[in-house]
Amino acid sequence: MSHLTDFEVFLLISVLKVAVVLVITLTCVAYTVLLERKVIGRMQNRWGPSRVGPFGLLQPLTDGIKLFLKEDLMPLAVERPLFVLAPMIALGCALISVSMVPFGAVTRYRGVDLFQVADVNIALLVILGITSIGVYGIALSGWSSNNKYSLLGSLRASAQVISYELALGLSLVGVVLRTGSLNLRTIVDVQSTHGLISWNFFGGFQFVAFFIYLMAAYAETNRAPFDLPEAETELVAGYHTEYSSMKFAMFFMAEYANMITVGCVATLLFFGGASSPFGHTFHFLDTPVFNAAFSIFWFVAKVFAFLFLYIWVRSTLPRFRYDQLMSFGWKFLLPLAILNIVVTSLALALRH
Amino acid sequence: MQLALFIIFGILAVLGALNLLFQRHPINSALSLVVVMMSLAVLYWSLGAEFLAAAQVIVYSGAVMVLFVFVIMLLNAGPEERTHGSRAAYSAGIPGAAAIFCLLSFVFLKERGVFGLTTIGGDLSNAADNIAEISQMLFTKLLLPFEVTSVLILVAILGAVVLARKEQ
Repeated sequence: MSHLTDFEVFLLISVLKVAVVLVITLTCVAYTVLLERKVIGRMQNRWGPSRVGPFGLLQPLTDGIKLFLKEDLMPLAVERPLFVLAPMIALGCALISVSMVPFGAVTRYRGVDLFQVADVNIALLVILGITSIGVYGIALSGWSSNNKYSLLGSLRASAQVISYELALGLSLVGVVLRTGSLNLRTIVDVQSTHGLISWNFFGGFQFVAFFIYLMAAYAETNRAPFDLPEAETELVAGYHTEYSSMKFAMFFMAEYANMITVGCVATLLFFGGASSPFGHTFHFLDTPVFNAAFSIFWFVAKVFAFLFLYIWVRSTLPRFRYDQLMSFGWKFLLPLAILNIVVTSLALALRH
Repeated sequence: MQLALFIIFGILAVLGALNLLFQRHPINSALSLVVVMMSLAVLYWSLGAEFLAAAQVIVYSGAVMVLFVFVIMLLNAGPEERTHGSRAAYSAGIPGAAAIFCLLSFVFLKERGVFGLTTIGGDLSNAADNIAEISQMLFTKLLLPFEVTSVLILVAILGAVVLARKEQ
């Protein structure tokens, strides 16, 4: 590739990165669904999918084929353009935010970082912004379906997401205060000096922030125990009642892609991202190839742990009531997040 | 590159604003406004004001406009009736808008030395982190206006609570 100019190399690698990250994210989405069904199955003392392929590993493939081949119904009374647009917004926003995530140690080829699609100064704010745009997908799907259950589901979802967005944003302020930057690479670098003890969760005393983030994130992604927007005992299926075939699949994929993004952000902000928990203890492994491989291994392992936690929580906790949800967000999480900011900034100010 | 982005999203912002006026259904108008906000964010970004761009997306598109859409959905507002307004609106409105446009562009072009210039994408190329500068400015030089605005918003919230409170 030596005859290419730097710009051509940049362009080629960027396109390649986007393609690879997209394919990997979508595969992860498919297999997270399988993981969820398997793990919940085991927790409820049954097998989960086990018929297709060894251990049911080809189940996502057959699910995909099924969703593709289903008839794409469109009710007559829907608001047509918005009805089609809504799942695209949901899935698009869910996938775009993955592009900010640095999923490995800095590995450059001719000046282009291989393990991050876009290195932006305000990456954290970009992720928050894109997540907040994703609400439109849910809000519009419910409204354009022209169905009472869908509308109720999407109203619940919008109210819930707006309320918990505050606690989510405020819980991240402590980490940003410690780092002094919104760049995800910098946030990870600050935590990668001494391994486990320099992570924000342990060394930075941000565990309160982490638990606020975790609970707000469950509500943001509409997952159990905060899955009121699609509470099937009350609202049929919530905002995607009227959707079928690939349009339904897009909502489904968006939900799981959001789960993965939330896991990535939690890993980056509180658990040192792609850095090893042992720091630089093993000097003899300090070669570029090992560094690149192990950084990705640690990142994937941490994100996997979060996905497992998500599933564990879903199979353990019952659903909240709506007023409980609101008062929990506004009267408990929000004041706690503000308190965390005050304490963190006081500690930082006293140490300087 | 950044000039191309600037032109594309500038045109998109204008088109979105026009669509906002011409749409009959409130939800379509609200969504056009979202497009305008997002295009403005890209314009800020292409001028190097990263933080402003992110704040624009999070606050306006992500929170304020979601509330707009929420209220429209909740009230289930139908398409609005087209009325032929008063004649005064036509005879005074269009020349008035044109006059304000001319006046503003005249002032901005004449006094551009005072306002200062920025180059498109100039600050992005050397990847300056401008959040620290913004917060310095906001919490030292502009502290009083900043705090007064906060109090103003607090008053608005209190007013909303008073209005929404049920009669005893």
